[in-house]
Amino acid sequence: MVEVFARETPQLLPLEERIRTFKEVNLGFTEEQVKREASRCLQCTKAYCMAGCPANVKIPNFINAIRRGDYKRAIEIICETNSLPAVTGRVCQVEMQCEKACVLNRKGMPISIGLLERFVADLALKRGWKRFECKAFNGKRVAVVGSGPAGLTVAGDLIKLGYEVTVFEALHKPGGVLVYGIPDFRLPKDIVEKEIKTLEDSGVKIYTNFCIGKSLTLKEIFDEGYDAIFLGIGAGAPVVLDVPGVNLDGIYTANEFLVRNVLMKAHLFPKYDTPIDVGKRVVVIGGGNTAVDSARVAVRLGVEEVKIAYRRGEEDMPARKEEVLRAKEEGVKIIPLVNPVRFVGDENNHVVKVEFVKNQLTYMDQSGRPMPVPIEGSNFLVDGDLIILAIGQKANRVFTQTVPELKLDKDGYILVDYEAKTSLENVWAGGDIIRGSATVIQAIGDGKRAAVSIDKNLIGKQI
Amino acid sequence: MYTIVDKVQLTEGIFKIVINAPLIARNWKPGQFVMVMVNESGERIPLTIVDGDATSGTISLIFQVVGKTTTLLSLKNVGEKIFSVTGPLGRPSEISKFGNVAVVGGGVGVAEILPQAKALKDLGNHVIGIVGARSSNKLILVKELESICDKVYVCTDDGSFGYKGFVSELLSKILREGQIIDYVYAVGPVAMMKAVSEVTRAYKIRTVVSANPIMVDGTGMCGACRVLVGGEIKFACVDGPDFDAHQLDFQTLESRLKAYRKYEMKALEDFRRCRCNG
Repeated sequence: MVEVFARETPQLLPLEERIRTFKEVNLGFTEEQVKREASRCLQCTKAYCMAGCPANVKIPNFINAIRRGDYKRAIEIICETNSLPAVTGRVCQVEMQCEKACVLNRKGMPISIGLLERFVADLALKRGWKRFECKAFNGKRVAVVGSGPAGLTVAGDLIKLGYEVTVFEALHKPGGVLVYGIPDFRLPKDIVEKEIKTLEDSGVKIYTNFCIGKSLTLKEIFDEGYDAIFLGIGAGAPVVLDVPGVNLDGIYTANEFLVRNVLMKAHLFPKYDTPIDVGKRVVVIGGGNTAVDSARVAVRLGVEEVKIAYRRGEEDMPARKEEVLRAKEEGVKIIPLVNPVRFVGDENNHVVKVEFVKNQLTYMDQSGRPMPVPIEGSNFLVDGDLIILAIGQKANRVFTQTVPELKLDKDGYILVDYEAKTSLENVWAGGDIIRGSATVIQAIGDGKRAAVSIDKNLIGKQI
Repeated sequence: MYTIVDKVQLTEGIFKIVINAPLIARNWKPGQFVMVMVNESGERIPLTIVDGDATSGTISLIFQVVGKTTTLLSLKNVGEKIFSVTGPLGRPSEISKFGNVAVVGGGVGVAEILPQAKALKDLGNHVIGIVGARSSNKLILVKELESICDKVYVCTDDGSFGYKGFVSELLSKILREGQIIDYVYAVGPVAMMKAVSEVTRAYKIRTVVSANPIMVDGTGMCGACRVLVGGEIKFACVDGPDFDAHQLDFQTLESRLKAYRKYEMKALEDFRRCRCNG
């Protein structure tokens, strides 16, 4: 008789500790849980889960290795295709990817692939296991610009193939959105540091404080002897709501709020020098992961209340369901179906209230969701002295304005073909700078596609 | 990298440091800035590049000690390293043949008009300098500016040297006396840039100022440095820092600059107390 287990649920940090610290909330599986969860895998011959993975992780194979108790082999299988397993094991939207495709999801009990990956990835980091071997230097040099998930993926894939890889990062710390955007309670920074260290140990060189187009132009990088350049520079520029009062003190873009807290550690001021204007009543505007992350950071700053104001209904929030649930557990309130129309300031030019107008849902829009339309005269005020605008990103022109010959779309994102090639010879691009606001795993998928194409173009052509 | 190779105190509270930063030295242009982090727990602040030498691979920064970060920077000595220096960031200043140009600098802003003055002069403009400070002992770089400009006018708030009054008043006087000026470039405290802008508006003289908002990343990512220009939101780090003075909303710039005043005071007080006790 085969023992049948239910889907395992991970340990969580106790709520009272959660709301006071930036410690990771999801504690992952114990080894016992990992064994039980892995035993549920049906080992499908036609693995739908793999088709649902932009990083092409051989999911049934690594789960099989786990079942044999061979965790070392499991991480090797994962790292054949994924250079950031401890990251993806935490922040991948698995419910939209591999776990959505899992056959057992038909019964609402998909294998917790993300948490299995996380377990072996963490174990490998802890034990210092070598995850992959690199081929001998093939004589080609690749410059990767931007050290976010797209760039690190290209770096990882190409270093394995024998390329010399140099990563250039504009900030003082590598990792891109993994270090400036995603808070520690979802992705601890020591994990990111260790993942990056693994890449550096395998030969990837990383230069920080380097802003492409400014520190060196694209042409100057080629002049330095690089054979190809991958641009994984992120979308970057936050959208600032165009309503009266948006420049009052106390109103942050989510990017600024997160950069101050996550990268610059403003929550530790004055031990760290970057301040944050904390406030008591927080209103976050937006409904994506960035909005939810911002709200949960605000909770941990010790404010009195945190509200998320979203223009559609709560069920239409694009944020991960699990994170919305966690936010609500932590006391975050959601005000659905509203648009901000004005910010009200006090005599010191500091925001004190937000004026909203209520929305009603009408016909389906292009996204297939009911379109929110303001109800005239339904305006109301909400107290708020810390406002966070998490309403999306647009293309940052800091680099693209320096390369007028690079083809962009109408919104300023870099145009690429199906192989992630740009309009310039030997220049590839991926991640948010080609997609706008996307996810870590989409950026990783772009990086993988670019790495294959770079390899084909630099080496394949010689054969 | 980022080792301090030279350091000079120009006057009380104003320092010049020369830093080893070869890539920045190679590609910088007047009007651009660097983001500086003095140490790993520090904040990121923008500082205008005052000079750069590709041969020696060094850049010069001139800064006034106002808070903890600039205090920390002023305490760094020759041979010591700065944790992070990124640049050259921002759009370079427009350097064209304008004709008669006035470069106007107040306080530490005098340092930041030097590279413009030189580039504008090299291009064949007639360049006058108008500089001021609170008092004669606070005046900086007048000789350096005199060696570049066709003429330099100096004023002090207390009248201890040169004309008694603000640079905007001195500029107004020069214009009233009939001097033709086609283009003004002004750098200094917000109130000073605003006053200069008001003077030149009446004469319809094209005027550009270097906006100095708070920045965090300095590469267009955070939006901290947003300013209103002609009613539109612009990011000073990517769209500026130079903006048309007659379009820039100085009031918003000023109020956003003060947003962290209480935190800045606390950081500085804590730091001073620590140093006294330690």
